[in-house]
Amino acid sequence: MSGAEPFPEAARVSVRNAQLRSNLRHATHTIRAKRAKAVAELADWGRLRAAGAAIKDRTLRHLDHYLEQLESAVTAAGGQVHWAVDADEANRIVTRLVKATGETEVVKVKSMATQEIGLNEALAAAGIRAYETDLAELIVQLGDDRPSHILVPAIHRNRTEIRDIFRHEMGHWGRPAPEDLSDSPAELAEAARLHLREKFLRAKVAVSGANFMVAETGTLVVVESEGNGRMCLTLPETLISVVGIEKTVPTWRDLEVFLQLLPRSSTAERMNPYTSTWTGTTDGDGPREFHLVLLDNGRTDTLADQVGRQALRCIRCSACLNVCPVYERAGGHAYGSAYPGPIGAILTPQLRGTASALDASLPYASSLCGACYEVCPVAIDIPEVLVHLRERVVEGGSATRDGARVTIKPAKGHAAERAAMRAARWAFEHPRALRAGERLASRTRGLHPTRLPGPGAAWTASRDLPRVPPEPFRDWWQRTHGGREAK
Amino acid sequence: MRVALFITCVNDALYPGTGRAVVTLLERLGVEVGFPAAQTCCGQVQYNTGYRHQTEPLVRRFVDAFAEYDAVVTPSGSCAAMVRDNYPRIGQRAASEGRGGELTELAGRIVPKVHELSEFLLDVLHVEDVGAYFPHTVAYHPTCHSLRMLKVGDRPTRLLRAVKGLELVNLPGADECCGFGGTFSVKNPDVSAAMGADKVRNAVDSGAQVLCAADNSCLMHIGGTLSRRGGGPRVLHLAEILASTEGNVS
Amino acid sequence: MSSREIILGRIRRALTDVPRTEVPRDVPVYRAYLRVHGDRTPEQTTELLAENLADYRAVVHRCTETELPSRIASLLAERGSRTVVTPAGVPAEWLARCTEVERVPEESTGRQLDAVDSVLTGCAVAIAETGTVVLDASADQGRRRITLVPDHHICVVRVPDQVVDSVPQALERLAPERPLTWISGPSATSDIELDRVEGVHGPRSLEIVLVSD
Repeated sequence: MSGAEPFPEAARVSVRNAQLRSNLRHATHTIRAKRAKAVAELADWGRLRAAGAAIKDRTLRHLDHYLEQLESAVTAAGGQVHWAVDADEANRIVTRLVKATGETEVVKVKSMATQEIGLNEALAAAGIRAYETDLAELIVQLGDDRPSHILVPAIHRNRTEIRDIFRHEMGHWGRPAPEDLSDSPAELAEAARLHLREKFLRAKVAVSGANFMVAETGTLVVVESEGNGRMCLTLPETLISVVGIEKTVPTWRDLEVFLQLLPRSSTAERMNPYTSTWTGTTDGDGPREFHLVLLDNGRTDTLADQVGRQALRCIRCSACLNVCPVYERAGGHAYGSAYPGPIGAILTPQLRGTASALDASLPYASSLCGACYEVCPVAIDIPEVLVHLRERVVEGGSATRDGARVTIKPAKGHAAERAAMRAARWAFEHPRALRAGERLASRTRGLHPTRLPGPGAAWTASRDLPRVPPEPFRDWWQRTHGGREAK
Repeated sequence: MRVALFITCVNDALYPGTGRAVVTLLERLGVEVGFPAAQTCCGQVQYNTGYRHQTEPLVRRFVDAFAEYDAVVTPSGSCAAMVRDNYPRIGQRAASEGRGGELTELAGRIVPKVHELSEFLLDVLHVEDVGAYFPHTVAYHPTCHSLRMLKVGDRPTRLLRAVKGLELVNLPGADECCGFGGTFSVKNPDVSAAMGADKVRNAVDSGAQVLCAADNSCLMHIGGTLSRRGGGPRVLHLAEILASTEGNVS
Repeated sequence: MSSREIILGRIRRALTDVPRTEVPRDVPVYRAYLRVHGDRTPEQTTELLAENLADYRAVVHRCTETELPSRIASLLAERGSRTVVTPAGVPAEWLARCTEVERVPEESTGRQLDAVDSVLTGCAVAIAETGTVVLDASADQGRRRITLVPDHHICVVRVPDQVVDSVPQALERLAPERPLTWISGPSATSDIELDRVEGVHGPRSLEIVLVSD
């Protein structure tokens, strides 16, 4: 996907899709208001947020220690721990584990990590069919589509589009949708219930992610709404969880912070309908085999960046997407990765690097309005990291890729901008020259065109230019207050 | 107290009327304002576009230009936020690159002095009614950096409510970004224009005669979009409304 | 080198800014947040639990210990349930008045459970502020799948003993080594236009019986 077109080009198309714009506007504005209300219920939200950020920082600064602790706790509880340096290795491990069971299909709980590594495609190449069981993931899978939101992957679809997908596609994957299926969300949910139930009851292997892993106890936590997670976590005989190493929290007690922060930030509920926690395996209850695949895939490179590492605090609540004015207009697909929106704009260029044109464009996919930072439950200063990554794109410098320190060259295509920035800086360091330039602009104001060619056209395509005034402020001051200043 | 005006590069070149309004307003309130000619630009565009190293000389110049003053007033929320939030950060980064604490020290010196106009009026001068007269309906666009970085809160609207003849009307979706975002407006022109179009629609729907904000760069984008579209409110900086009197309405 | 060693090595190199002498607790975590949101009597806490459960579409009933058997019988009868799965630890007297209902053992397979009308359990703890009941697979709650596959769940909560105010208080009472299921209202989804709809895969009807002495 990293070969895809840069963000501005993708957004140019999506911003003109009226249906998409209206679907996204409706959905994000609905959840925005609800989140604000759910958060306002807690007088100590700011303190919870600070504690959440601090717990994550503590974990990240001692991640090696906590991962070793986690590994031994999971192992002691009957689980098996695997380590995957990158996506390929994680996919190979999961494929091998599934093949060892002799099964050719798996049921899946929605998981960002498995989407990031392209697990479904890797399993398909090995002859294993993965069934997505989250309603939105099902919509995406049946529609041969891509997810466009962290929490609600089919946010770009409205109810009528979903009904059409169910009617046309469900039959190819299993139990068909009823002939007279309407577009009422309750009926659509019922169709999904019936379609997926036969898969849950038959499945022998499930693949999940996790929202949290508790190092001291070896406990994994999955937070969900529909019950498909519970189905996958308890009915099959084998459970394979693929989890990013940054999902670790030190102690059981730390969950008291995150189980308050996450539901209110994501679905805007006091508590989500279902949360499952499990520690290894339990006799007679749930899977007999549990495998935990710990995934790096660029996370340690991100950790090496002292400004950028705060992105690893992310608990994938998607509050930043729901308030982002850019996401609302461009849609999730324009971000070209499993992680759309503001968090994607700082996570993807760190996990994948900034080498591709798309990844180098992501840090610029923001007006730096700061709404994301304001709602982030773990206080990730997304604008700060965006600006930091912009620097990596235009100035280059030192970064870590695949565990090695490398020197990044300034990205191509910024030469004119770099020259302009230097020229502006020079003028700003020479106020007299600046004043001369301003005067020249003022004197020639009658000659200024209203529409600009070249790069200026990006402005004048939709906006008029301001009229240059007859005299800059400096000259007015000199004329009216001149001589008053020593300098 | 020696008070200086930081005009900002955009206002200097394109919106001198805003600067004149600040001077008029402050002088009316009995404040003698200085304008050090060595001032140029806070470096926000360079910094936010990724040219942190290009910004450093501008930080030095800024601090130096205002060294003799106790307070620096600026009619730009985003430039004030640049100094307050990002100068210390630029200092920290320089230190972490092994270049010492010079920039951190400079930032520490300048940050407490810098006030956005509404902050200066309410927090330093303790004036809410500035004696202005402006007989129009006004909608206020809070601008992102004033709202979320500076957290000016209701200061601008308190000042506006105290203006004689002025009727403040609700701007739907006021908290949403207008889509300017500095170089964002040209690097992502389509999304920027879509955001601008929505902001303009809300401004028109507000029924106001004037759309007011405390940042001319946002108003340049909104005003440019309005002007291309035709009709709707005119845009005006907060300072120009506050400077208006019965004898001289902006 | 194993992938484990590679990853741990990369982490250690990534954290060169962390002083070698620093230990995890040197990174401050201020737990200045509230243990409980508000000051309530036990009755008020139970009231809040009932309110929040109902807010997320659980059906809440209240009765005394002696009324419980007849209440359960009427809930199953209203639903028309002929079969009910109950874990071994559910007291026999809870079902004493249900003469027409067949009791299904918790060892049933998923497919068998799919044909069962209702499930009846106790709970480990209930959280008032969030409207949550937590099951911890104890004898009166059983293995996890029995409260998942049937479409109707009756969960008995002893008030005020089993009720806490908040999430932090609940975690203190729960044992991490047990498999836990936190339930806040019936199964729901917000996947269609971010609008909440009750009822996808778990029980679509959740009835909570608050039992006092």
